[in-house]
Amino acid sequence: MPFIPHTDDDIAGMLDAIGVERIDDLFDEIPTELRAKGLEGIPDGLSEMEVAQLLQARAREDGQALCFIGAGAYDHHIPAAVWQITTRGEFYSAYTPYQAEASQGTLQVLYEFQSMMTALTGLDVSNASLYDGASALAEAVLMAVRANRKVKNARVLMPRSVHPFYRRTVRSIVRHQGIELVEVDFDHRTGQTRVADCEAAGDEPFAALVIPQPNFFGVLEDVDALTDWAHARDALVIGVVNPVALALLSPPGDWGSEGADIACGEGQPLGMPLASGGPYLGFLCCTQAQIRQLPGRIAGKTLDADGKVGYTLTLQAREQHIRRSKATSNICTNQGLLVTAATIHMSILGAEGLERVAAACHANTSRLADSLCEINGVEPLFDAPAFHERALRLPAPAANILSDLAANDILGGFDLGREYPELDPALLVCATELRTDADIAAYREAMARALAIADAA
Amino acid sequence: MLIHEQSRPGRRATAQAPLTTADSSDLPTALRRKQRAALPEVSELQAVRHYTRLSQQNFSIDTNFYPLGSCTMKYNPRACNSLASLPGFLARHPAAPESHSQGIMACLYELQDMLKIVTGMHAVSLAPAAGAQGELAGVMMIRAYHDARGDHERREILVPDAAHGTNPASAIMAGFKVREAPTGSNGDVDIAALRDAVGPQTAGIMLTNPSTVGVFDRNIQAIAETVHEAGGLLYYDGANLNAILGKVRPGDMGFDVIHMNLHKTFSTPHGGGGPGAGPVGVSKRLEPYLPIPLVEQDGDSYRWLDEDDRPETIGRMTAFGGNMGILLRAYIYARMLGAEGMRRVSEFATLNANYLLKRLQEAGFQAAYPERRASHEFIITLKQEAKTYGVNAMDFAKRLLDFGYHAPTTYFPLLVPECLLIEPTETEPKEALDGFVEAMTQIRKEAEETPEKVKGAPYTLPLRRLDDVRAARQLDVAWKPASQPASQPTSQGA
Amino acid sequence: MTIPTELKYTESHEWVKDNGDGTVTVGITDHAQDALGDLVFVELPEVGKQLAAKDACAVVESVKAASDIYSPVGGEVTAANEALDGAPETINEDAYGEGWIYQLKLSDPSELDNLLDAGAYEQVLADEG
Repeated sequence: MPFIPHTDDDIAGMLDAIGVERIDDLFDEIPTELRAKGLEGIPDGLSEMEVAQLLQARAREDGQALCFIGAGAYDHHIPAAVWQITTRGEFYSAYTPYQAEASQGTLQVLYEFQSMMTALTGLDVSNASLYDGASALAEAVLMAVRANRKVKNARVLMPRSVHPFYRRTVRSIVRHQGIELVEVDFDHRTGQTRVADCEAAGDEPFAALVIPQPNFFGVLEDVDALTDWAHARDALVIGVVNPVALALLSPPGDWGSEGADIACGEGQPLGMPLASGGPYLGFLCCTQAQIRQLPGRIAGKTLDADGKVGYTLTLQAREQHIRRSKATSNICTNQGLLVTAATIHMSILGAEGLERVAAACHANTSRLADSLCEINGVEPLFDAPAFHERALRLPAPAANILSDLAANDILGGFDLGREYPELDPALLVCATELRTDADIAAYREAMARALAIADAA
Repeated sequence: MLIHEQSRPGRRATAQAPLTTADSSDLPTALRRKQRAALPEVSELQAVRHYTRLSQQNFSIDTNFYPLGSCTMKYNPRACNSLASLPGFLARHPAAPESHSQGIMACLYELQDMLKIVTGMHAVSLAPAAGAQGELAGVMMIRAYHDARGDHERREILVPDAAHGTNPASAIMAGFKVREAPTGSNGDVDIAALRDAVGPQTAGIMLTNPSTVGVFDRNIQAIAETVHEAGGLLYYDGANLNAILGKVRPGDMGFDVIHMNLHKTFSTPHGGGGPGAGPVGVSKRLEPYLPIPLVEQDGDSYRWLDEDDRPETIGRMTAFGGNMGILLRAYIYARMLGAEGMRRVSEFATLNANYLLKRLQEAGFQAAYPERRASHEFIITLKQEAKTYGVNAMDFAKRLLDFGYHAPTTYFPLLVPECLLIEPTETEPKEALDGFVEAMTQIRKEAEETPEKVKGAPYTLPLRRLDDVRAARQLDVAWKPASQPASQPTSQGA
Repeated sequence: MTIPTELKYTESHEWVKDNGDGTVTVGITDHAQDALGDLVFVELPEVGKQLAAKDACAVVESVKAASDIYSPVGGEVTAANEALDGAPETINEDAYGEGWIYQLKLSDPSELDNLLDAGAYEQVLADEG
């Protein structure tokens, strides 16, 4: 019996102790007519060896194409130590540290993670993670509306330069909270969200402005001007940031004259493999003033009965298991294991290591974009500075080009026209520190071929 | 000691980052960081040693019996981790084309299918990232269903008073009002009170069955009838699915929508508090509203279904369709179990729970519902011990740690005073259960003879009992550098 | 467990002191603070806010619980005890004195008649067991 240790003697002895004859008797409180007849359609069990063969074949099937897609998930190097330690059974198979004395490992990791995220974002406090960047933005929006005491309406300005999947996730999650998400357009020459675009949203007060940095196009927003503009209107500022980019870019806490109030984003670039989209981790940081509106678990420092320093979950009265219908969020399970990976990752790379990664991504992407733009008809879509993604205009339908490239095992980028019809045909490309000059040359060559075919057709 | 406190300016793990600093001088100065972030500066060995040592300060399934009620702390097979970590799976970008995704999509499709069969539901979406997100998706689908019928008055969700806190919190996030349904003294939902509570305002009821008090609600058919007749829908909180896997199917009990906690029933790792995965299953009438993406079989291949295919969907729950690595682990586990293995899960989880309950009762502990059969978990109440010896459930919990056992869930559900909610799971051998009974018996003896000893526990862990009040009153939730960190950023490229 | 005779009470364990000038002071009883345990936070009502009787208007938190405070009577909030912000334990130490939570200008003084006197509140506690 897979994973069940009972011998026949054990079973007999246990049934005898309980005072029943058969295991089935233990289900006697369940009405007979409800009992499942069978599980037709579920295959027979496999041995570890058989299931390994099956999974290996399927993993091979998906291959390992050369990846030039970013669009919210980035192919970075992960130091070998990160997952070797993260998957130690003591981290892997523990649960929420409700018994603090038996969970100091996890709790101290959470506290260190929170410390590192506050250092990166320049804000006072961080929670111990949410599901992913998109759901973290949804929570940030809910939080900002609750926290803004000056503006009581529930309008939130949401630039179209925010990741389209994030905007959709926010819409799904907050749709029943009476929140109005007001779309703000971007400047089609620079790819930036300008103050003028925000002003087009009207004179009505709003509770918060979302500012992506870099934005979905990889373009850097003028975060200082946007932050000051929103603050002057009593709105809170929510930064959606890439943690690797923060090694080089101004942290949300420094934006404008007062700093952003909330920062959130996707922690995947901090040691999580692409893995088809998850598990990743969402982070959410804020100023001290907003801490009681911050959803999710928070680890805090304290002392034990002998006066020794230790860590425990704190401010739990915000959370669903205590506050129930009045909790700040319904979140319970978060992304603890990924927090562990991110914390080890940041420790090993340090600020300088992350800075080198960020600079390499920026330089590689610039090189990739320059190289692709040497091909006739391919040109940059925007002229503002960008971090590690570039939007490129194509002379042929992006879907066709991407599928030609994929046939050569090159994942050429994200088809922008799918989400921004007015930009079609266009591609969002990314080259992380892992893409070599040879990779970039291979991409350029394949792209030139694909465009030549498209041109001939 | 924190990793930050081991930091020395200029020290680092050089081999793990690019060896040179690439040129980034074209980034505008105004948008650049002025001061390097205060991250630790340590060697690789220091980091490895620090986090290895920290791991050793945790209790875990791999090291300890962990009978944490309602959390199903069963063994997490190692194969699930290593096979879900094959390079082909780890390297796949979430936006990779379907041509480069058929392997994982086959796994996901088959997982959807197996979950459908084992729960008796019509369709399944794997998108929600954890149980609570599954709950939110579930109640949002209930709302979408009523709204689509123009039934806008149904704005109230019934939640039993013993339910997990996530239930009312999720209902509120979906814009509902919450009304509590009382639990009767026998542990079943109070049917008479339920009949009084339902009406034209009822959108649905959220139920866990077996319930959070560790018994199977025998009136489930009457509950289903009552709520359905009033025009409401039934939501199944799959937190306790381990108790009935392969024995009873929520679909057959009359539920319209369910979520499953794969990190419980399907043995994916709890990871110190996640990640989870919270797939949702629905009856036919709710299928159009399922969260996206879904995987569909199309001849010999698989394709994603998104907004275009499902215009009435409640939408996306995360950016990229869920915790794929966790879904893979659950798939691998399910394939190793097979149909027969799934049935045995609930059988042996129930056998272990009833055996442990019986042994504890024989040792003099009081069951909260002595006349009831335990499901996969059960509650004992220590109110007698608290009254007689002044030693409460939390003291027992802390003292158990000294015996090498993770404490059961304490003080939940709230309606049973001084309670321990105990869930041994099917993967524990009889010896572990016997050892736990001995420890509990010993602690009760201590409570009688030297109560201060129990109240002062734990003694053998890295720390003594922690001061939660101090943590909340003197908030310190992040380390801050005493002075400015030493090293400055390389302001320009190399 | 003290129950001062000069105060009025509610079944949800708030106390009310009639200041004699059309205003009242509100707090939670000694029994309530004892049942909650060490308080770690008090969310105060905003000064100037209009409350109806039985409105949830403040929250007291311990480590393990959060409890709403329901305004015993209606009126406009005229003061909130800001000292509790950094020192919620004041309620544990002096529930009827320094641990007051807010003051209210009564909108309908007759509402005071709906409250319990010390004897009736004592009976409420006895009934709760």
